[in-house]
Amino acid sequence: MEQLVNIFVKGIFTENMIFAYFLGMCSYLAVSKTVKTATGLGVAVLFVLVITLPVNYLLHRYVLAPGALGQIHPAWAETDLSFLSFILFIAVIAAMVQLVEMIIEKYSPALYNNLGIFLPLIAVNCAILGASLFMQEREYENISQVIAYALGSGLGWLLAIVSIAAIREKLSYSNIPAPMRGLGISFIITGLMGIAFMSFMGIRF
Amino acid sequence: MKKRTFLDPLFKTSPIPVLALGICSALAVTVKLEPALVMALAVTLVTGFSELILSLLRHTIPNRIRIIVQLMVVATLVILVDQVLKAYAWEISKQLSVFVGLIITNCIIMGRIEAFALKNKPLPSFIDGIANGLGYGMVLVVVAVVRELLGEGTLLGYSVVPEKWYVAAGGFYENNGFFILPPMALIVVGLMVWIYNAKNAKSVWNN
Repeated sequence: MEQLVNIFVKGIFTENMIFAYFLGMCSYLAVSKTVKTATGLGVAVLFVLVITLPVNYLLHRYVLAPGALGQIHPAWAETDLSFLSFILFIAVIAAMVQLVEMIIEKYSPALYNNLGIFLPLIAVNCAILGASLFMQEREYENISQVIAYALGSGLGWLLAIVSIAAIREKLSYSNIPAPMRGLGISFIITGLMGIAFMSFMGIRF
Repeated sequence: MKKRTFLDPLFKTSPIPVLALGICSALAVTVKLEPALVMALAVTLVTGFSELILSLLRHTIPNRIRIIVQLMVVATLVILVDQVLKAYAWEISKQLSVFVGLIITNCIIMGRIEAFALKNKPLPSFIDGIANGLGYGMVLVVVAVVRELLGEGTLLGYSVVPEKWYVAAGGFYENNGFFILPPMALIVVGLMVWIYNAKNAKSVWNN
């Protein structure tokens, strides 16, 4: 249990997708003009992460990992398919995003109206594929750890995009040098926020 | 016309400062110059060849499933790059870790395919891809030079700052360890955007 909490908290603060690894920066910069849309995108990312990561984990564990196919037939005991992980992970992500979009459209039109426009964007969001690849690299032991990681990193991403959107809303009242407006100042603020987030470094349970 | 295709992405519509594309997989590899150079090369090759292939396929791909076809082509090329790196440059491939895989979701590639390769002939598409990859790589290399030089006093692993300057040897200089930390990459890019916009503002206003 402690380990799960640790993975969760680490995902939100010290290993924050945006501040430590710059994942998902494109949509983070493009969709952070107002808090409302930022929250929408953040929730959508969290949602898709929690759905795709466990699927990719099972795929990795039972199909792609070295020796995984040996459970099916002993002749394949030495097969190592991990080089296929990029193509399979991205296919799973694209397919899951499509599926989630269809399900939401059918059962919850209200949610679809809020999240719908963001879902196609998410298929190519680096944060999702990045989380899958980190999951593969860090070798989490079981599926509950993977879910804890997905929840933590998703919430971390949500936190990051909502806070930059809140700051950017306030920024429209300040006098920034013209060439710095928009993109430039967003980069610098993200950097400063990253430095602030580094103070969480020692957190452990 | 061809020259424009090549030169514009390098200077006028440079992917990172102007379009804010492809930052995701970029900044984490800029602590040192060497991985940044390899990353720049990898992205250039993948962008070039994926635009070439998809431009050849542009009349045969049904519009509705084009995104997934694009992803598959890009992912295959990235797997090739990754395998080559693992075989011939194991150390660097370890340093780049997941960021080679993240080339797949690099927005520059998808963006250029959608905006250019699906509407143009193969050769201009290939040139456009290479040029955009290089424009992206340039930013990566500049950020990496700044960070490695100020953070560790080296370039490509060779010390550039003279030994005598350091405080330890009785000098006045000390490396700024801050530049090795992730947030500094963002701040360096932010400053680059500032310089870039300030320089280009004139031509924009004159138009």
